[in-house]
Amino acid sequence: MYEAASVVWVISLPLLGALLATVWRQHAATIGWVSSVLTAGCAIWLLWVVQHAGVQELALGGWEIGLGISLYADGLAAVMVLMSSLVVLGCSMYARQYFRTQRQHELFWPLWLLLATALNALFLAGDLFNVYVTLELLGISASALTALGAKRAALRAALRYLVVGLLGSMLYLMAITLLYAAYGTLNAVQIAEALQVNPLGWAALLLMLAGLALKMALFPLHFWLPPAHSNAPAPVSAALSALVVKAAFYLVVRLWFEVFAPLTTPLLANVLGALGAMAVLWGSWSALRAERLKLLAAYSSVAQLGYLVMFFPLLMVLEGEARQWLFGAMVLFALSHAFAKSALFLAAGILLRYAGHDRIRELSGTTQFLPLTTFVIALAGIALVGLPPSGAFLGKWYLLDAAFQTGQWWWVLVLVAGSLLATAYVFRLLGHAFGHLPAVKRPFVAATQEIPALALALMATFGLGLGAMSLWSWLAHTGTGAGL
Amino acid sequence: MAGLSAINPQFLYVCAGIFLFAIGLWGTWLHAHYVRKIISLNVMGAGVFLTLIAVAYRGENLPPDPVPHALVLTGIVVAVSATALALVIIRRLEDATDV
Repeated sequence: MYEAASVVWVISLPLLGALLATVWRQHAATIGWVSSVLTAGCAIWLLWVVQHAGVQELALGGWEIGLGISLYADGLAAVMVLMSSLVVLGCSMYARQYFRTQRQHELFWPLWLLLATALNALFLAGDLFNVYVTLELLGISASALTALGAKRAALRAALRYLVVGLLGSMLYLMAITLLYAAYGTLNAVQIAEALQVNPLGWAALLLMLAGLALKMALFPLHFWLPPAHSNAPAPVSAALSALVVKAAFYLVVRLWFEVFAPLTTPLLANVLGALGAMAVLWGSWSALRAERLKLLAAYSSVAQLGYLVMFFPLLMVLEGEARQWLFGAMVLFALSHAFAKSALFLAAGILLRYAGHDRIRELSGTTQFLPLTTFVIALAGIALVGLPPSGAFLGKWYLLDAAFQTGQWWWVLVLVAGSLLATAYVFRLLGHAFGHLPAVKRPFVAATQEIPALALALMATFGLGLGAMSLWSWLAHTGTGAGL
Repeated sequence: MAGLSAINPQFLYVCAGIFLFAIGLWGTWLHAHYVRKIISLNVMGAGVFLTLIAVAYRGENLPPDPVPHALVLTGIVVAVSATALALVIIRRLEDATDV
C-alpha cells in the first residue's frame, strides 16, 4: 500500500500546488517551483516502485473498479510521467526568470501546475472516462496558457486550439458512449477483454482515432499546431510541443495496442503510417521554409509526430523480441523529441528576449552574444535530425532496421528524405546564427534561464542516447493487460 | 401512429442523439465564425449527452443505470467551463487593440 502512494502523489502534488498558487498569489512562483521539484522526485520514486514492486493498480477511495476512479501505473506510464515531470521541472526553473511581472506569475503558475496535473493523471488513468476528463483539463489549461501570450495572434491561436481540442474530446466522448452501450463498463482492461469485432467497435475505434489524431496534430489535422505553439510564451510553447501532443500520442498507443488490439489491422496501420509519412515530409519542408525560429520548431513538431506514427505499421507485422525492441525505440524517440523540443523552445525564448526577434535570416552574431543559447539550439538540432549519440538516432536506427527486416522499404525513403530536410533546416538556422558581426555587446543572461535549457538539450542528445538501455528494462514492466 | 409506437423509444433517443452529434460536427467544421463554432460544439455535446441518457434506460420496471448519468453531469460541467473560457477569449479578441 505504501508503494501505491507514489501513484497518487505525482498527481496530487501539482494539483495541490495549483490550488495553493491560486490562493497565495504573492508566492505563486515559489510554490510552483517547489511543487515541480517534489513532483519530479515522486516521478522517480514511481518508476522505482514499478521497477521493484511491479505494475501498480489503484482504486481511489476504495470504490470498486467500474464505479470509482482507477489509476494504473506500468513501465510505460511511469516513463511518460517521469518525462513530463522532468520537462515541467526544466520549464518551471526557466519560467521563474522568464516572467517579469508579479501579475504574469499569478496568471501563469496555477494554470501551469494544472497542466502538469492533467498530464500525469492522463498517463496514469485506468479507465476511458478518466481519460476524457484529463484530456479536457489538459485542453483547457493548455489553451488558457497559450492565451497568456496576450497578443491578438496568441488569442486567436488559443481560441482555435481550444475549439480543436473540444472537437477532439467530443469525438472521443461519443466513442466512449458507444463502448459503454455495448459493454457496460469504462474500465480499459474490462473493455479489452470483452471487445468483439463488429461495426460498433469499428465506429468507436475510428471516432477515438479521429479525435486523438486531431489532438496530436497528425497530418492533415495539424493546421492548428503551428500558430498555437509559436505564439505562446516560451515555457508554454515548450510544454505544448514536448508534452501535450505526446499525451494524445500515448493514448493512441494504449488504445491501438491494448484496448482495441483485436480490431486493429495492418491496413489501418498503413493508413496511419502514410499520414505520418506525409507529416514528416510536409512538416520538415515547412520548417525549412519557416521565417521565424519558433515557427520552425512548431513545424518540426508536426514532422517528428509523423515519425512516431510511422512505427505503427512496422509494429503490426513484427513479433516477439524484435517488436519489443521497436516499441522501446518508439518510446525513446518520443522522449528524445520531448527533451530536444522543449530545449529548443526555451532557447528561442531567450533569443526572442535578448535579440528582440526570432527571424532566422537576421540571426547573424547570435553565437557571439548568446554563445550558450546557440549551443543549446545546436544540441537540440542534433537530436531533431537524429544524429548519434542522441536518443532519436537510436529510434530512427531501429525504425530503419525494422523497415528492412519486414521488406517495407518505402518507409526508408521517407526516413531519409525527412532526415535530410531536418539537416537542412537545422543547418540553415545554425548557418545564420554563426554569421559574424563586427562588434557585439554580450547581454547578461540569468543562468537559471540558460541552464535548464542546456540540461534538457543534454538529456536529449547524450542522456537518452547513452542511457537508452535502461529504458527497455523499464518498459519490460509494461503490463500485458490493457491499462490506460 | 401504430407503426411509430412500435419503435423502441430508446432507439429513437439514440438516433436523435447521433443526429444532433452529426449536425454539431458539421457546424463546427464548416462555420468560420467562432461563436457559431462554439454553439455547434454545444449541439454536439447535447447529442452525446442525449445518447448517454438513452443508454442508461434499462427497461420499464428497473431504475436507470446511474453511471451514464454521472458521466453526463461531468460532461455538462466540462462543456460549461470550456464554453465560458472560449467566450472570454472571443471577447478579449474583440477588445484587443494590436493588429
